[in-house]
Amino acid sequence: MKRRTFIGILAGAGASLATGTAGAAGNHHFTGYPDSYGVLFDSTKCIGCRKCEAACNAVNELPKPELPFDDLSVLEKRRRTHHDTFTVVNKYEYNGKPVFRKIQCNHCQEPACASACFVGAFKKEPTGAVSYDASRCVGCRYCMIACPFEIPTYEYHDPITPRVRKCTMCQPRILEGKLPGCVEACPKGALVFGHRDELLQIARERIRKHPELYVNHIYGEQEMGGTNWLYISGVPFEILGMREDLGITPAPQLTTGALSVVPAVVGLWPMFLTGAYAITKRKEKIAAEERAHAVQKAVAEAEAEAAKKLAAALEKAEREKQAAIDREVKKALKEAEEARKKAEAASEGEE
Amino acid sequence: MAHVATPSKKFWTPANIITAIILVIGLVLTVKRFSMGIGAVSNLSDDNPWGIWIGFDLLCGVALAAGGYTTTAAVYLFGMKKYHSAVRPAITTAFLGYAFVVFALLYDLGRYYRLPYPLTIYPGPTSFLFEVGLCVALYLTVLAIEFSPFLWEVLGWAKIRHLVHKLTLALTIFGVILSTLHQSSLGGLYLIAPSKLHPLWYSIYLPLFFFLSSIPAGLSMVILEGTLSHKYLNHKMDEEHHHGFSPVVLGFSKAASVVLFAYFCMKWIGVAMDNNWSHLGTGWGLWFLVEVLGFVLLPCILYAVAAREKNERVAFYASIMTVAGIILNRLNVSIIAFNWRLPAEARYFPSLEEFLITVFIVTLEITVLRICLNKLPILHQHPQFRDAH
Repeated sequence: MKRRTFIGILAGAGASLATGTAGAAGNHHFTGYPDSYGVLFDSTKCIGCRKCEAACNAVNELPKPELPFDDLSVLEKRRRTHHDTFTVVNKYEYNGKPVFRKIQCNHCQEPACASACFVGAFKKEPTGAVSYDASRCVGCRYCMIACPFEIPTYEYHDPITPRVRKCTMCQPRILEGKLPGCVEACPKGALVFGHRDELLQIARERIRKHPELYVNHIYGEQEMGGTNWLYISGVPFEILGMREDLGITPAPQLTTGALSVVPAVVGLWPMFLTGAYAITKRKEKIAAEERAHAVQKAVAEAEAEAAKKLAAALEKAEREKQAAIDREVKKALKEAEEARKKAEAASEGEE
Repeated sequence: MAHVATPSKKFWTPANIITAIILVIGLVLTVKRFSMGIGAVSNLSDDNPWGIWIGFDLLCGVALAAGGYTTTAAVYLFGMKKYHSAVRPAITTAFLGYAFVVFALLYDLGRYYRLPYPLTIYPGPTSFLFEVGLCVALYLTVLAIEFSPFLWEVLGWAKIRHLVHKLTLALTIFGVILSTLHQSSLGGLYLIAPSKLHPLWYSIYLPLFFFLSSIPAGLSMVILEGTLSHKYLNHKMDEEHHHGFSPVVLGFSKAASVVLFAYFCMKWIGVAMDNNWSHLGTGWGLWFLVEVLGFVLLPCILYAVAAREKNERVAFYASIMTVAGIILNRLNVSIIAFNWRLPAEARYFPSLEEFLITVFIVTLEITVLRICLNKLPILHQHPQFRDAH
């Protein structure tokens, strides 16, 4: 009785926790905040001058790199973002001609990092930026595992307060009405800042007007459910080191299905397990009862057998007793007869 | 009698000397890790944020500690009383296993002192890691309560000992629920990274794979550790543990064989589901076959033979192969087949110091386990509580 109440409370607590989990993971499709901002990168206009890198470094007050930003020899090596480099420009080659591509956080509409973070340190802002709150971060780096674009980086050499680092889309500057640092610094107009919807229109327009210049694809329109950073290019995106096999499923949906099983487990397992326990108990009880019954039967049978034996023995004794009496009577009769005969003979002799 | 005092031995045996050396190295590296950062001792990078501290210490640690829930469920829920002698060693291993998983996690977390954050002020319930954290925390509590009677018995606190005993059924059921959830959630962690994990290992069934395989993992650890403690801690055992162990080995072999076969079938359903057959022809496919045929199907057959022939030696070898297979699988998912597209120079291999910290944690765990087995009524019943069950 007490035990049952306790299990009930436990199961209830588990179920409510689990339902919370599944509810928050959600089954709804989020298409991004209306009027959110983004940046359109046009690789046909980028000349690999690294002005955007320099501006990013200055705006975010990051440490100066070993080589100055006007040293273009670094373009010969493939680079990725680091904890002190939020954006990099890489050089690729297509048909013998150099092509450049800038990378930074793509600010997904439904970010994998935000979905994966178990303390909610990442947040999709109405401006379009995906923000990071170091005051919540536990430093598990699951965001880095989750990000399909391999963007978040970590301060591995900070023993006490390491942070995840990535492009902020210059959210503070946007809120002040300024352009992101990189966009402001771009001398060639390879970066366009604006509302995401408008950027998509601009991109479509450019592709429509110059089909000979562009590949007919806006990278980021659909990828992983869409990103606020958009790309158009004159060469296949694969050449620019961009994954074309990511699909259009928003990252949170990759886990929604499996997470929704949690309440089912919490709801069904106690039932099955107590059921198994009850069946076991019942089996044991039935076995015990059957054993008791069998013992009883055996005892009864033994008793009956004994009674029968006793009766038989008694009967035999009775018979023997009767036989003895008969014998005695016969003997007495015989003796009496003999005595009579003797007496007769004696009386005959006297006569 | 159960409580024969160990014959007085020298303390500085070769095993103890090696243990001491590892522990000293570990302490030095611990100081280095916590004063100079994760980067000072590990090869972790922006491309490879999770290394062996997660892949081995966490994923393998949790899977191999599954003996706790499998054994208690068999004995208390399914009424297999003949396995009763395995309960105490299994609970001990599970409790220490989880405690050291959490301990190891502190090395990997950048801000380890915020470990309670997800469970208290900033819950992030859309994350599988949240579910892992919540379930592991609750299950560690359950295991601590299940483990506590061994201490109460030594202290002679009969009342609290009997109170905990009354909770057995509830704790067992709660333990199975929590284990189902977090064992599977560890696989669920990788669901969010289809573009990074090789298709032969990525599957929507990852949570099911992790849960299913944790059952033979737990059963195998009970067989493995039981066999070893029979060899080395024989003097600590009472009659029940001497004679009760053979049915445990053979019964667990049968169960492990059945579940391994189910897991083997599921793995192929996983391949078929995403139509990944073409990958089998590659080098990765060969590696997948090594795992699935050599470390799932083969121990499955060995276990079946062991159960049928009543051969405990074969069961022991099968348990070693199963444990190796679980470790191989978890490392494949978390490290080897993860980031498989990255160029060779960007791939991860653990640093020596990272490796030594893992060895240190495992050694520390084995040392504590040895102390527990020697000092607590785990392989024998406490004389005062002989009839308590």
